[in-house]
Amino acid sequence: MTIPSPMFPLPAPGSQLPNRVFKWAAALAAVTIVVLIVLVGWELYAGSRQSLSKFGAGFLWSSEWDPVAEKYGALPFIFGTLVSSLLALVIAVPLGIATALFLTELAPLRLRQPIVMAIEMLAAVPSVIFGLWGIFVLIPWLRDHAFVWLKHYLGFLPLFQGPIYGVSMLAAGIVIAIMILPIVTSISREILRSVPNLQREAAYALGATRWEVLRIAVLSYARRGLFGAAILGLGRALGETMAVTMVIGNRPQISASLFAPGYTLASVVANEFTEATTDLYLSSLFELGLVLLAVTILVNVAAQIMLKSMTGGVSSKAA
Amino acid sequence: MEVSPYLPSPGYAQWRKWKSAAVTGVLVTCALAVIAPLFIIIYFLLVRGASSLDWSFFTQLPKPTGEAGGGMANAIVGTMTLLAMAAALGVPFGVFGGIYLAEYGSDRANDWLRFAADVLNGVPSIVWGMVVYLILVVPFKTFSAYAGGVALGLIMVPLVMRTTEEVLVLVPQSYREAALALGIARWKVILVIVVRTALKGIATGVIVALARIAGETAPLLFTALGNTFWNHNLKEPISALPLQIFAYSISPYDDWHRQAWAGALVLMALILALNITVRVLSRDRQSAS
Repeated sequence: MTIPSPMFPLPAPGSQLPNRVFKWAAALAAVTIVVLIVLVGWELYAGSRQSLSKFGAGFLWSSEWDPVAEKYGALPFIFGTLVSSLLALVIAVPLGIATALFLTELAPLRLRQPIVMAIEMLAAVPSVIFGLWGIFVLIPWLRDHAFVWLKHYLGFLPLFQGPIYGVSMLAAGIVIAIMILPIVTSISREILRSVPNLQREAAYALGATRWEVLRIAVLSYARRGLFGAAILGLGRALGETMAVTMVIGNRPQISASLFAPGYTLASVVANEFTEATTDLYLSSLFELGLVLLAVTILVNVAAQIMLKSMTGGVSSKAA
Repeated sequence: MEVSPYLPSPGYAQWRKWKSAAVTGVLVTCALAVIAPLFIIIYFLLVRGASSLDWSFFTQLPKPTGEAGGGMANAIVGTMTLLAMAAALGVPFGVFGGIYLAEYGSDRANDWLRFAADVLNGVPSIVWGMVVYLILVVPFKTFSAYAGGVALGLIMVPLVMRTTEEVLVLVPQSYREAALALGIARWKVILVIVVRTALKGIATGVIVALARIAGETAPLLFTALGNTFWNHNLKEPISALPLQIFAYSISPYDDWHRQAWAGALVLMALILALNITVRVLSRDRQSAS
């Protein structure tokens, strides 16, 4: 008796090679992520080695930035980065959370999609266009109207004293706020949508008004996640470069007034990198980049951990 | 008769209702304030950009400093070139990485990789410019289109990886099982069945990433550098729309400001076109399933 031959040739046993090659190719691509993180950290460290050995830790709290005298300190830039980002958070987080609340709890269904689309489009506007708009539209308006008004009514605070140039820490804070609003809003919205409806129904059943439902059942439940959304916004704000460079005034000084120009880590790198004439100058700029990288990675890790515990990770579309 | 101390006064209930209505008003105002900047920016782009947009903008090179006229033809082509190079680097790594995360690997290790990709997404784009400067500009002693393309491509990798993975896990498990049961090799199953099914979703992710990097300026400042002439050799500096907009808007010349607005309008139109493509693609996907 003969064995009937199969209609199709069976794959030869042991032809696992293509499978293995494919799997390893995919694994290689996935591992690139880790390689990239190491590469970024290592290259910035390598670039800043000269400055690290020359200035040591004093680099971080020296406020002198004088390329002619070869004296470099990071403090004015760290100050500028923190102040402009915190200003942006103060403006963007309440607005973003309020908009997310409006979108998930109040807005008529027909309105939600168009508003979400508008916010997504705002996220798509490039940084350099915000900067252009900042220079030619926002700053003249702030200089001639808003800042004058603030100085008149709140001038007793040191924050709103001193000469008004237009380009300023406050202008940078406002532009960054507009730029991080989309991400703060969309992450907050995801967090609020993950609040179980049972929470809201229970509060309504107890006779709560709409605001009381939001406050007691929704906001307090989502507090942790909303905090994560704010931190993620902070991560974005710290690294904003082009728009900030165009409106902050680029002067390495530490001033109490929000009307005064400032400088940030990212914008000094953008402005002075190609003009750095000496190795030490370039190396100091690399160290500023290293500081920026370290801070943003810390902030992003914190945000991801906070959000993970809330929603099981944020979809990359929103991030 | 004694009033129970536990019952609130009628005035209090009124106050609570009033407060709730006030908060509703505040929320509506906030939502309006959030979308207002978009319309203000688009308004100014249209008003100032459209009036300075003419045929020579698309066909001519920038004029030397001080001379009026000229265009950004080289920057438009430059942006397209950079996007193509970035895609050539970012798409294969991103898609294959996404395949690994969705189809292979242990849950634990993949969680770490996802976490790493999300953290990498948060790295400021200017940092990528500095890194690529060290690995591609310093050794070859020249700013180049390659360096710009690589900087943008590296930004794309984690973006594409995460979106690819997200659409691949949506492909029903039964497709894979059915194909494997027919004796098809695993890699063929993944490429021909799983990736094929999710192709539109993957394309959507790629286009979203392209739209995101098309407007990036910071990573190009010290890689592609910019160029006022045509780029004939990718080993030499190349111009890009965002770079040109930046250079013109911080210049002291009115005519350059005018052109910066025109450039911004063209760049925004390009990015919107990419986003609209995404909407069309994802609508088809929804109606097909």
